[in-house]
Amino acid sequence: MKLTLRVWRQRNADAEGAMSTYEVDGISSDMSFLEMLDTLNEELILNGEDPVAFDHDCREGICGACSLVINGDAHGPERTTTCQLHMRSFKDGDTIDIEPWRASAFPVIKDLVVDRSAFDRIIQAGGYITAPTGAAPEAHATPVPKPDADFAFEHAECIGCGACVAACPNGAAMLFTSAKVSHLNVLPQGAPERETRVLDMVAQMDEEGFGGCTLTGECATACPKGIPLMSITNMNKEWLRATRKAGKR
Amino acid sequence: MARTMWDSSVGKKTVMAVSGLIMLLYLVVHMFGNLKIFFGAGDFNHYAHWLRTIGEPVMHYEWTLWVIRVVLVVAVVAHAVSAYQLSRRDLRARPNKYVHKKPRASYATRTMRWGGIILALFIVWHILDLTTGTLHPGGFQEGRPYQNVVDTFSTWYGNVIYIVAMLAVGLHVRHGFWSAAQTLGVGSRTRDRALKTVANVLALLLTAGFIAVPVGVMTGVVS
Repeated sequence: MKLTLRVWRQRNADAEGAMSTYEVDGISSDMSFLEMLDTLNEELILNGEDPVAFDHDCREGICGACSLVINGDAHGPERTTTCQLHMRSFKDGDTIDIEPWRASAFPVIKDLVVDRSAFDRIIQAGGYITAPTGAAPEAHATPVPKPDADFAFEHAECIGCGACVAACPNGAAMLFTSAKVSHLNVLPQGAPERETRVLDMVAQMDEEGFGGCTLTGECATACPKGIPLMSITNMNKEWLRATRKAGKR
Repeated sequence: MARTMWDSSVGKKTVMAVSGLIMLLYLVVHMFGNLKIFFGAGDFNHYAHWLRTIGEPVMHYEWTLWVIRVVLVVAVVAHAVSAYQLSRRDLRARPNKYVHKKPRASYATRTMRWGGIILALFIVWHILDLTTGTLHPGGFQEGRPYQNVVDTFSTWYGNVIYIVAMLAVGLHVRHGFWSAAQTLGVGSRTRDRALKTVANVLALLLTAGFIAVPVGVMTGVVS
């Protein structure tokens, strides 16, 4: 396959960025999207140019490191992570636009790499449980009803890649935050921090400069792990419950 | 608690949802009241007079009406201020647009902000036209709403402004009602279909019910 790539190039956080056009040839349809970018970078290095910086780690679709907005879609046209997107989703001769996640809470560091540490701070605000460390506890010690376990697992699938923020027209982190809140708040292990978790995580989310939810549903459409939009509804419910309880105290 | 509400983006959305639902309830009642115009001047004017006497003898003449007006003004202001502040936050959170743009979300969803501005302007015109009579075409007659309505909808611009605004109401309610349910945490997977249906029915009912009046005047059914 021969492709034309239009890639966002930006030297550093303070530099002005712009789209640069590159031609790549000899792309196999079995290559992953990141392997295609590796091919481009090998060529750039051979020509003595600066390779395109992009985030990646496991390349198995489970770590949440890869990003990229491809032709206007976070993680590209398939419902998966960029590393699991294959070139068979494109045609020979296609022009592909590659841009970084766009949100003021995710500033560009270089080219396609953005700083997602705002997510870490949201997690630090309440995305944990208070548990004794040591050996794994007996599985029967804390019974969890099956529907609750399923609900928790569905939300635990979030890998924190930030596609929801990238896709949201308001740059909101509601789906990410709600996935974490929903995951932990439904389980008995998460019960002691049920109220403080949602209040603190939402407060941190606002603090980081993410936008608000206007329920466009773009986040859930872009999410490679299929976190449902109803997750946000659940977080709103948890937030209102916690606010009422805090008011009574 | 009030502080937490107003300072949080989720809390401010709650303010929007509750104030929106108050206005929506008012609109439904207002729409049914308007339809009385099809039963003649006597019926309609009597209904308008009754609005001023609700709650008598406990309430004095027009007291209940003023209570309703105050609640509505509070709802409109709360809705508009939180919408403005939330929109400012949203626009700041996404200052750089994507180079590769894609058509996104439904028309109703994308037009919430402009629709809201259109509706705010409409409310001002509507009050100056049919409540105070300041902008009323021809002589505004206190206590004779039937004739006033016919006068307004006998002008081309009266019809255009009103019909455009009512289409905006429909679109706004279509996305707004369902969104309010999500914000208040009452939405769920099993209820989603029902909520969307109610939102669409409300939107359609309000738009059709309100537009029926200018259409009635234009076709001569109401004169």
